[in-house]
Amino acid sequence: MITADIQTMMPEIVLAIYAMGALLVAVYTTKDAMAPVLTWVTSGVFVLLALWIGTGTTETVTAFDGMFNNDGFARFAKVVILLSAAVVLLMSQEYMQRRGLLKFEYPILVALSVVGMMVMVSAGDLMALYMGLELQSLALYVVASLRRDSVKSTEAGLKYFVLGALSSGLLLYGASLVYGFSGTTLFSGIYAATADGYSVGLLIGVVFLISGLAFKVSAAPFHMWTPDVYEGSPTPVTAFFATAPKIAAMAMFARVVHDAFGGIVGEWQQIVAFLSVLSMFIGAIAAIGQRDIKRLMAYSSIAHMGFALMGLAAGTAFGVQAMLIYMAIYVTMNVGTFAFILSMERDGRPVTDIHSLKMYSKKQPLMSLVVLVMMFSLAGVPPLLGFFGKFYVLRAAYDAGLGWLAVAGVIASVIGAFYYIRIVYFVYFGDDDDGLDGKMSPVLWVTAVVTAAIVGLAWVPGINLFGIEVVAQAAAAILVN
Amino acid sequence: MGNLLSLTTFIPLLGAIILALFLRGDDAAAQSNAKWVAMATTVATFLVSLFILFGFDASNTDFQMVEEREWLLGMNYKMGVDGISVLFVMLTTFLMPLVIASCWTVSTRVKEYMIAFLLLETLMLGVFMALDLVLFYLFFEAGLIPMFLIIGIWGGKNRIYASFKFFLYTFLGSVLMLVAMVAMFSEAGTTDIPALMAFEFGSENFSLMGIQVVGGMQTLMWLAFFASFAVKMPMWPVHTWLPDAHVQAPTAGSVVLAAILLKMGGYGFLRFSLPMFPIGSEVMGDLVLWLSAIAIIYTSLVALVQEDMKKLIAYSSVAHMGYVTMGIFAVNQQGIDGAIFQMISHGFISGALFLLVGVIYDRMHTREIDAYGGLVNRMPAFALIFLFFTMANVGLPGTSGFVGEFLVLMGIFQVNTWVAMFATTGVILSAAYALWLYRRVVMGDLIKESLRTITDMTTRERFIFAPLVFMTLLLGVYPALVLDIIGPSVAALVENYDMATAGMTAAATQ
Repeated sequence: MITADIQTMMPEIVLAIYAMGALLVAVYTTKDAMAPVLTWVTSGVFVLLALWIGTGTTETVTAFDGMFNNDGFARFAKVVILLSAAVVLLMSQEYMQRRGLLKFEYPILVALSVVGMMVMVSAGDLMALYMGLELQSLALYVVASLRRDSVKSTEAGLKYFVLGALSSGLLLYGASLVYGFSGTTLFSGIYAATADGYSVGLLIGVVFLISGLAFKVSAAPFHMWTPDVYEGSPTPVTAFFATAPKIAAMAMFARVVHDAFGGIVGEWQQIVAFLSVLSMFIGAIAAIGQRDIKRLMAYSSIAHMGFALMGLAAGTAFGVQAMLIYMAIYVTMNVGTFAFILSMERDGRPVTDIHSLKMYSKKQPLMSLVVLVMMFSLAGVPPLLGFFGKFYVLRAAYDAGLGWLAVAGVIASVIGAFYYIRIVYFVYFGDDDDGLDGKMSPVLWVTAVVTAAIVGLAWVPGINLFGIEVVAQAAAAILVN
Repeated sequence: MGNLLSLTTFIPLLGAIILALFLRGDDAAAQSNAKWVAMATTVATFLVSLFILFGFDASNTDFQMVEEREWLLGMNYKMGVDGISVLFVMLTTFLMPLVIASCWTVSTRVKEYMIAFLLLETLMLGVFMALDLVLFYLFFEAGLIPMFLIIGIWGGKNRIYASFKFFLYTFLGSVLMLVAMVAMFSEAGTTDIPALMAFEFGSENFSLMGIQVVGGMQTLMWLAFFASFAVKMPMWPVHTWLPDAHVQAPTAGSVVLAAILLKMGGYGFLRFSLPMFPIGSEVMGDLVLWLSAIAIIYTSLVALVQEDMKKLIAYSSVAHMGYVTMGIFAVNQQGIDGAIFQMISHGFISGALFLLVGVIYDRMHTREIDAYGGLVNRMPAFALIFLFFTMANVGLPGTSGFVGEFLVLMGIFQVNTWVAMFATTGVILSAAYALWLYRRVVMGDLIKESLRTITDMTTRERFIFAPLVFMTLLLGVYPALVLDIIGPSVAALVENYDMATAGMTAAATQ
């Protein structure tokens, strides 16, 4: 019995052992000198694990009496998490090394947080969920303040920690209420308990749980930490924050509301719809005044989480499918955008002011095209990838009778389009300025160009979004029944 | 030739890719190469598109040359043309070589400029051929990107304001249409345009936030589509982006905008609003008629007081588009025939007028009407061609402008006499502003010092206008060329519309 259980969570165990082994090896050998190698190796391990999970069993297996699920939904999320984490690690190596930030702990902490994320998306129990979440968060708090001598970076770490702890508290309080009123922490048990009536206490617990989860996905009104943490953290860390943890948190969100509270969709649907509409508008409006591209991307991610939540708010299998597709697309766009942001520098120092992009197209026509594609895609202009994400979630929301949410969403996307095309405006027709210099490292260049090609061409008949639709559909079908 | 439509659509894209990948440098030779590649591409597109025109069977009212391929979400990549769309395709392929020829004197970022226009051509052709709702939306919206760049990079002094206004205005209209498309997909379970035309969308009245919605879902969807197409057309009162965009856009950009992009709105009404939401159209039709009448009179009056030539022509475009919307929502054979004819003819005439402004702008670098006067003394050829197109714009019999306006007015007279009466005054007003413009720019003595050395049109410029003059005259004296092609499809459209709304009119008279 126990061997079968361990078998089920083998990828997580392998990754955890790898992380600890790497820590020991690095401490007792050359320490920071082996950080570049370690980064590449960790990245390779992520990719191998993604392959293993992606091509492995296709069945639904549960372990530890239902506390841990290995199903299609978890596998989908894990593959996206692992791949995006691998790419972001690769992108960060050169940047951090040149600035003396590349400590050997960095790849190890990232690996540990990825273990946490994998547990999160597989959790079948509130306790398992919390464990995964905390493992992920603690590792992230540390990497946020990786640049110890920078006030902003330490501030980011501290802020993230304090607010993260608050959200964990909310989540735990909600979990305890749910436990109190349903008598179990197991998702399947909670589902069964709500089948024949439920009390107001349980609903209050759900509200707290969702608030805690909303913190993690940085949905408004729990988004305050995002801009500061994004701005303060070293840029590669920001890129990481914007990708893998977002998917993990979104997937966990979906799992909790469907696996545990799938019987009371009508109750949480309004809360999620409210979070969604608020996030979309706050993300769109607050970004208008930003000059710092990292803060801008923070608000952009808030708005995008709003759209992903729109899919979730539908409360249907198609809604979850739409959300998964949206998140995969969102991650692709963000990886590409951050590959570009990482290359923004002047005299060897990183620059994040969007005014420094003025007339960038004169110096770097190809990279400007990449920025153009990314920005229009983030704005949701067809035929770029971002549009299809929006199309799926709009369809899900409309089908579920949330027509008003769909209308609100598209209006918010028009407001949001303003700041995306403002970046295009700087790049292509701003006035001349000192601007950026410096060459892009090959890794960043390849990442940016490849993601731009994906974003630009995935719609072509024959490529059909690389068949992600079918995979996401299967994943969603397992979660919602 | 099973893929003729896709071939036509994507030849320009191929040209753009070739330019992007293989053309290096920015010296005079590279610039000239870029122009020649673009020219060759657009001419090739035109020649290939001739096969569409000659292969088209006008008596068949179904979609022809249909291509279908599997795509996402149960949607298909589907292309096809019918009598309504085929001429817009031809208009586009016919005008694009002229547009490219007109930017022969551009010297900043030529390669990118050509790429933008070639991309735009692909997208415009796609709009007119797409037979899938989402595919249509794809092409329709994607056109904003190159146009945004054309205005923003190569535009005039105030180009940034104009490009943002253009983008956000049209984007807002279109996303509402997107929601309606999602709703249609959800209700009908398909995005196939022919299937949706046959589908009857719900028209039960219901109340939304306390307001009784007559015509139910159809009216709501109609309004959402209207938001998009009315902005694109543009109709009064959402036309304000157009004068800004026109004034700031470079000459070639203005030509494409006026001659082709605006037609997408009219095409959208014909392809979606009328056949798919007949009840909604019937409910809201009167509103459109009155808005059109206001547009014709109001924008004509506004055109009278303009000091910038391009702005004046832009307002005249809005007025002429007023006839188009009016004709479409008269929903009878003459009205719609006239509307389509007017769109085609306006494509030639307004394109030519913007090109004419471009001719003198290239020489004097101003579009102020006051800066000119007496050009006839130094530029007789220009004066002649300008006179011809001014007359065509006014709707002089013998030019294509007359046929369209006359048919529309005939169509509208049968439906709403009052609107027809107001609209007819627009004919007089258009004569007033157009002739007055001509008088101020071309006639009189040449007293301005700066104009003493101005030269007449070059051979290249004359060559650009020759086809336009020819087409305007040809369609003016022999309109059957167009009407024979569009007639059967329009008849089928009107018949279906009458059938769908028959129940409603019967209920109303009881």
